[in-house]
Amino acid sequence: MGAKLNGQAYTTAAVKQFRFKEKYTLFLMALPFLVLVFLFAYLPLYGWIYAFYDYRPGIPLSQTEFVGLQWFTSLVSNPYQMEEVLRVLRNTFAISTLGILTSVLPVIFAIFLMEIKSPSFKKIVQTLTTLPNFISWVLVYSFAFMLFSVDNGFLNNLLMNMGLIERPLNILASDNHTWLSMTLWGVWKGLGWGAILYIAAITGIDPELYEAARVDGAGRFRLMWHVTVPGIMPTFFVLLILGIAGFINNGFEQYFVFSNAMNMSKIEVLDLYVYNVGVVNNNFGFATAVSILKSIVSLILLFAANSLSKLVRGEGVI
Amino acid sequence: MGVNNRITIFDIINYTLFALFTLACFFPFYYLFINTISSNDLSSRGLVMFYPQEIHFNNYIEVFKIPGLGQATFVSFARTVIGTLLTVAASGFLGYLFSKPTMWGRKFWYRFLIATMYFNAGLIPWFLIMLKLGLFNNFLAYVVPGIVSPFFIILVKTFVESTPISLQESAQLDGAGNMTIFWKIVMPLITPILATIAIFTAIGQWNSFQDTLFLVTDSNLFTLQFILYRYFNGATSLATLMQSGASDTNLANIQTATSIRTTISMVVVIPILLVYPFFQRFFVKGIMIGAVKG
Repeated sequence: MGAKLNGQAYTTAAVKQFRFKEKYTLFLMALPFLVLVFLFAYLPLYGWIYAFYDYRPGIPLSQTEFVGLQWFTSLVSNPYQMEEVLRVLRNTFAISTLGILTSVLPVIFAIFLMEIKSPSFKKIVQTLTTLPNFISWVLVYSFAFMLFSVDNGFLNNLLMNMGLIERPLNILASDNHTWLSMTLWGVWKGLGWGAILYIAAITGIDPELYEAARVDGAGRFRLMWHVTVPGIMPTFFVLLILGIAGFINNGFEQYFVFSNAMNMSKIEVLDLYVYNVGVVNNNFGFATAVSILKSIVSLILLFAANSLSKLVRGEGVI
Repeated sequence: MGVNNRITIFDIINYTLFALFTLACFFPFYYLFINTISSNDLSSRGLVMFYPQEIHFNNYIEVFKIPGLGQATFVSFARTVIGTLLTVAASGFLGYLFSKPTMWGRKFWYRFLIATMYFNAGLIPWFLIMLKLGLFNNFLAYVVPGIVSPFFIILVKTFVESTPISLQESAQLDGAGNMTIFWKIVMPLITPILATIAIFTAIGQWNSFQDTLFLVTDSNLFTLQFILYRYFNGATSLATLMQSGASDTNLANIQTATSIRTTISMVVVIPILLVYPFFQRFFVKGIMIGAVKG
């Protein structure tokens, strides 16, 4: 900032020149960071060309065969591949649908927590139920392993001690109820955290509304239904819209750490599938093609969700 | 909000359900902990279920004798500290810059930044570019890609815009440059939001696992999370590790697969438990501001 403006001597011209210089100085200060954004977010898009080559790691792209849309068409023309992709889509949709259905749980959690009269009990519940949100999925798997392992896991030992089962159950290496158990782990990890937003929303409801309803003779459940629920509906709606926008982005880590040879056919969601195809089987071209399709579909979902939001509440989410 | 002070059936059910869910959230932490401090022999046979037995703290000493674990702890701490500092500094600075309407092309560059929240090139293209940028087996891969976080920048920008502009203007008239204004005027004002960002970044860095999985094969750069994963995955032979830890003569407390797994899990979770009480008050702020602009 060369333009030193002392005392009362600054003129309109000086201010103009100062503004002019400042305009670019501000940009130049942001530039190094914008370069980082370009490198890590935009430059990878250039990698989409790998979807049009039969690329193998180690061979330069210039010596690689250009295959056009082969990876895209093989999705529908190759029955084996199509079946595989359909299975992965089924897993993705099932787990996402269960995720959206369980997104109502934090609402219920928040409403009923408000009915707890003991402040210390409330505090303990909030503290301990939020904790799982801050541990990694690797650690969650570590917990799951210790509790449900076939080999001296807590649950098996407990049930066997009580004489309820004779042989240990192999819960982790089984493809029964994989979708449900993945959803339940998600609930375990995220319920307390997800409720915080609703608790804040409930705290923000005008107490006079409750008073008025009470004067009108409303009981506990009527207060919940006619005052609390309408009060937090806008918040729920925004989160629901965002959930729909992220329908095919289940994420990777949870499914990766919980996956094994036994449950792979049920746990393999899109993000894990891209990893298995690309990194494990080295089929970079096909993995990239799947990523491209996934990106396009999730953008469409995002815009659809945004339009829906504009339609219903007159305001978008992006 | 009770109508009267009677304890109803509803209250009993409500308290019971919350108590059960809270127990379910907390029990795994407790269960792993009592297993790390109980006799390793009993623990590996699954006999330590509800309370510790034959308490000892050997595991916490033995576990650091495992080759590479000290290094992994160091890497995890280093990425958490360095990564958090860089992200917080960049979020604060960029949030301030983007709050300036005078910036050249502000609207375009801001959109250029925010748009990255909504698309993703995909794993393989990202991986190949990281490779080209020399970020394979490179510590910088842990801290550099996260420096610019659009979400945090939105938070800071909104926050700066809510502070009175007259403070910045009067400093400008006194001849203060942008850097001075940022350090002396803006920084003190945005400390609360920076603290929130710092906490969420630090937890994210400590818990991060995928970057090591994709970008690191050099064991000197392994993080605790990654090592923990490998011990469950069986990719590392636990038997050889147990041999190396077997110098202890107390046979009941010889290192077992269970003791190594539970103790490393505890090493991973203890730092989070230690800072948890202090950052709880940031929860609502962090999550609420996030909801303003999803």
